[in-house]
Amino acid sequence: MTTLAWTDVLSSVLGESARRVASLPDEVTVECETPQLIAVATALRDHPQLGFDTLVDLCGVDYLHYGRSEWKTFSATGSGFSRGVDRRVAGLPAPVSDGEGCDPGRRFAVVSHLLSVRLNRRIRLRVFCSDNDEPMIDSLVGVWAAANWFEREAFDLFGILFRGHPDLRRLLTDYGFIGHPFRKDFPLIGNVEVRYDPQKQRVVYEPVSIESRTLVPRVIRHDNRYDPALVGRPENDTKAAG
Amino acid sequence: MAEIQSYTMNFGPQHPAAHGVLRLVLELDGEVIQKADPHIGLLHRATEKLAESKPFNQSIGYMDRLDYVSMMCNEHAYVLAIERLVGVTPPIRAQYIRVMFDEITRILNHLMWLGAHGLDIGAMTVFLLAFKEREDLMDCYEAVSGTRMHATYYRPGGVHRDLPHEMPRYQASRWRTQKDADRLNEARSAGMLGFIEAFTQRFPKAIDEYETLLTDNRIWKQRTVNIGVVSPERAMQLGFSGPMLRGSGIAWDLRKKQPYEVYEKLDFDIPVGKNGDCYDRYLVRIEELRQSTRIVAQCVEWLKKNPGPVMLADAKVRPPRREDMKGDMESLIHHFKLMTEGYCIPEGETYAAVEAPKGEFGIYLVSDGANKPYRLKCRAPGFSHLASLEEMVTGHMLADVVAVIGTQDIVFGEIDR
Repeated sequence: MTTLAWTDVLSSVLGESARRVASLPDEVTVECETPQLIAVATALRDHPQLGFDTLVDLCGVDYLHYGRSEWKTFSATGSGFSRGVDRRVAGLPAPVSDGEGCDPGRRFAVVSHLLSVRLNRRIRLRVFCSDNDEPMIDSLVGVWAAANWFEREAFDLFGILFRGHPDLRRLLTDYGFIGHPFRKDFPLIGNVEVRYDPQKQRVVYEPVSIESRTLVPRVIRHDNRYDPALVGRPENDTKAAG
Repeated sequence: MAEIQSYTMNFGPQHPAAHGVLRLVLELDGEVIQKADPHIGLLHRATEKLAESKPFNQSIGYMDRLDYVSMMCNEHAYVLAIERLVGVTPPIRAQYIRVMFDEITRILNHLMWLGAHGLDIGAMTVFLLAFKEREDLMDCYEAVSGTRMHATYYRPGGVHRDLPHEMPRYQASRWRTQKDADRLNEARSAGMLGFIEAFTQRFPKAIDEYETLLTDNRIWKQRTVNIGVVSPERAMQLGFSGPMLRGSGIAWDLRKKQPYEVYEKLDFDIPVGKNGDCYDRYLVRIEELRQSTRIVAQCVEWLKKNPGPVMLADAKVRPPRREDMKGDMESLIHHFKLMTEGYCIPEGETYAAVEAPKGEFGIYLVSDGANKPYRLKCRAPGFSHLASLEEMVTGHMLADVVAVIGTQDIVFGEIDR
């Protein structure tokens, strides 16, 4: 973590309420707890030396399967392209006996990207929701008006509730949609499909008829060229070859 | 008969002025807008969720389909995000090619916008003129990538291949005489860079033509001046970017303020509006057409003089050459691994933004070290713009809604994702 000149101001202004976490050298990420969110956001916007006047983006992230690999060759079952895939991680119905349970840690986070047009700098603000079953944080609409639709989207796709939002309705999904599609436990193929029923003379919803399959399993491979301890050694520095 | 005070009207989703599939529920008092509630999501394809299920390179094509009138700019943000996490920089020639195509894309986008915006508020001719020039730029897309719209040309580590020497030619047929074909092929005889150069010399005159039709046109001014005014403070508060922010008088352009690729080395200006109304945003975009032409001309000049690689040599991100694969075991293995599994990128997160024609297009990419993104978020400029539609149209007449939708340069591919 490098120190950009203004990050000292940042830590002195935010103090205990937020902490800086590791990120790429030229990016700044801070995390705070849900009760402090509004105070931190207001400080980021109003402090003359921070001045984050624009909310560029706000989105939900579901950390349920973070760092989990699907590729389990020792217990290869199933059929076709999907063989060898950990069915639970891939969003398929789980096999009967499976050792690993859900990650007990905090699952949902809301990530905002802020920009200071005046001072030309960016910051990322992440807040984890304390409750995994009913994730709820304070709404940022009062601080940046731009948060309105972004929060509606995060509510729609992740089911994160925003306390104090003026109009928290679904935004992107269908009228009457059930579920929160971007959650990691929501299947990629969805739960329902629509078709026109000539008998009833209207569009009907039915359970999906297709089967989910994984074409490319998710694998995590550790590449020593990206290992911070090894980067910079001449024999590992193949990136310079281009 | 009872007097109706206010009534609700449904606008779209199948309305030619709705720019795709916008459904607006308008509450009107006479012809004056009291409330506007945009319903979006009719084009939602869950691109971000889809990308989570695919190796990194397989999602490049989906980026084209987000904002489908500025295709390569979307790809650009995506490959930039990957490059930042992997920690690679493409070769300089690839950077110039990317900048050139970003600007060609900007011209494509603004021409589309100009034509559609004109058509919406009563100027038919501009649409036809604009599409005439678009055709040549689409041909450049085709020459370099094989497709006219969804190029999938940028790759992490560079671009797919170097610029071709030849432009495709027209052929005489039952519908086109040899004389016509020869006339059309005249500019194409100088190779691709020559063709683009000829375009940059000819295009400023075309912009003058559009301006003659619109800039001092009384009807055009009546429809745009003082319509949809946004103050600079409010524009920032609403998360505006691109011409929408510059139209309100804020000199903010990522190409200048947070330069990526080779924008630092190029000479161009950033037009800024004054009043923040539809007319100023029109002027800003027209000037951007001229500036983009300047940038393209500079890139052409550089590219003519400086041949070189357009892709990194790093075998982890670049597929091996076909001929190497035939004789070299290691190339074959690399090819197999790249095509079946893709590459894993180191754990981390990044936000990469480019100045797309509509504003700041950003990609927030979270990787947990796997061969697929853990979370991908596309920050579309149009999303924040459309979110403020209600604020911009309240108090205006019904006909002005069309002008405001036009000035926001709405494209549903990126808003609904």
